[in-house]
Amino acid sequence: MMISQPDSTGHFGPYGGRFVPEVLMAPLEELEHAYREASADPKFQAELGDLLHNYAGRPTPLYHAKHLSESLGGAKIYLKREDLLHTGAHKINNCLGQALLAVRMGKKRIIAETGAGQHGVASATVCALFGLDCTVYMGEEDMRRQRLNVFRMRMLGAKVVPVTNGSRTLKDAISEAMRDWVTNVHSTHYLLGSALGAHPYPLMVRDFHRVIGEETRAEILKREGRLPDSIFACVGGGSNAIGMFHAFIGDEKVKLIGIEAGGHSDRLGEHAARFSGGSPGVLHGAHSYVLQNEDGQVALTHSVSAGLDYAMVGPEHAWLHDQHRSEYTSVGDQEALNAAMTLAHKEGIIPALESAHAVAEAIRRAPAAKGELYVVNLSGRGDKDTDIYRENLPELDEQNPVHV
Amino acid sequence: MSRIQSTFNGRKALIAYITAGDPTPEKTPEFVAALERGGVDLIELGVPFSDPIADGPVIQRGADRALKAGTTVKKVLEIAKKIREKSQIPLLLFTYLNPILRYGLDALARDAKAAGIDGCLLTDLSVEEASPYVAAMRKAGLDTVFLAAPTSTPERLKLVGEYSTGFVYLVSRTGVTGERAELSNSVAPLVNSMRAETKLPLAVGFGISTPEQAHDVAQLADGIVVGSAFVRIIEQGGDLEGFARSLRKGIDG
Repeated sequence: MMISQPDSTGHFGPYGGRFVPEVLMAPLEELEHAYREASADPKFQAELGDLLHNYAGRPTPLYHAKHLSESLGGAKIYLKREDLLHTGAHKINNCLGQALLAVRMGKKRIIAETGAGQHGVASATVCALFGLDCTVYMGEEDMRRQRLNVFRMRMLGAKVVPVTNGSRTLKDAISEAMRDWVTNVHSTHYLLGSALGAHPYPLMVRDFHRVIGEETRAEILKREGRLPDSIFACVGGGSNAIGMFHAFIGDEKVKLIGIEAGGHSDRLGEHAARFSGGSPGVLHGAHSYVLQNEDGQVALTHSVSAGLDYAMVGPEHAWLHDQHRSEYTSVGDQEALNAAMTLAHKEGIIPALESAHAVAEAIRRAPAAKGELYVVNLSGRGDKDTDIYRENLPELDEQNPVHV
Repeated sequence: MSRIQSTFNGRKALIAYITAGDPTPEKTPEFVAALERGGVDLIELGVPFSDPIADGPVIQRGADRALKAGTTVKKVLEIAKKIREKSQIPLLLFTYLNPILRYGLDALARDAKAAGIDGCLLTDLSVEEASPYVAAMRKAGLDTVFLAAPTSTPERLKLVGEYSTGFVYLVSRTGVTGERAELSNSVAPLVNSMRAETKLPLAVGFGISTPEQAHDVAQLADGIVVGSAFVRIIEQGGDLEGFARSLRKGIDG
């Protein structure tokens, strides 16, 4: 059975590691130590389990998408409903875990970055719950795209700091959060929202999301008496995907398929497909696949979905990719929008744009997969994307003359 | 003893950081000449990177200007060659790991040496990850300077001392690069702890921008590094030589 664990220095094969300014090295060692202690502490696990169940709403349903499956005439498709969690996406799993850890470490202040705003909202939520001071860094462009989530964060008591550098998206928000952390490391915990960054973050974030795959595995065995043939999850940094994949890594017959953002073309700068368009490099604390130019400058990215619009993929995905244990493909903006419409019509579920990328790949493959079982991780709900759906579906908008 | 280390003999070293190629590659050799006339002993030649997480707004803007002007690693090495036509001032490449990885560690070490570079400092490369890099640099005869910080544990300071050649760069406080009104009180304890681990010269940087601060730090350390204040002067088209001279006076006075 294949092992996918970082070694003692946080490497997944050649990927991962700890590439940060010296100021952060000792604090990362301290965080790793605190995390290992907490994860072995039954009291910590019981408290987290209680919050996941009674506050966040776990376990989430595994829903048989009968109408979608029938309309495609092939694979039987299940949806793992992470979108039904409190705050509307899987992000809350990790936020509850890290907030409990921050409290345990005596940190009073939390900083976070956010792309689509889901991690920002989940961070603001747990800070409200635990009485922690919360600052969220968000690219100015993403604040425009995700106005509703900005408002939700503020309503929850968080300070949202617009980031105006570079592409004004997730990459720049992470850089700015890291600058804050370098400065305030004594008082502050950096609640990183994806399976990215320096060790122990990729390990810790994955562990907090591992419950997604564990529940799915147990439930599908109960319902179908066998494991799925293919599992689909969108990959930005890759937290929902690694949380879903991890329980299945040893099940070699289960195909693990990660879907990156194809944006609007395969030209550098117009997508976020790190595996097809990038190469190994170091960014934001880790070694992994990154979109960069020939001089090692990190490239700009584009996706209609802010949560997938990032130049680097988490290091464990890079390792799984090189080991051929999981495969990565990409879905473009328009195909993701179409998949969201299909899911809305067939199942009455409006997915987050990120998750719509995973749905799209399942829709592509299902017709040729009669008799197979698919699981799609529906990582988030689409409420936050209403403005973008409106922009892209003008024929449905009554303020638009076409409708009348 | 390397050209970098020997610059600390005799007097307290004034070290200036500027971003190569800011605002254009043509300007950098002129700036280096002005700094040298003003009494600077060593130049940290910044290679601009798109995502400089350890830098404050002034140096970020400098990197943006340099990148817009087409500055690449290759171009920075050409700038170094140009500087070497007229000056023997020690040159330390100062950047982030990714542009160097992309160039190739061995190729970089070889080409940097040929261009007259004396050593290298990578802000986001910790000693734990540094073995391949240190091997490549040693082979080419280049110094490797590492950072020590107020948060570094005694075990880490020991490793930083072991991996460094030329000098050790002490970060005066937690935070990004940038000018500060007050000096951090973590400087003296850090200098003392590092002295216990190494005989190498110790330079202190981050937040030093006035002759008075330079004077105070020079009482403790063997060298002081000024970065953002110089980059700001470049941004405003000010007098690099005059400012360097005032810092020199502060150190020597």
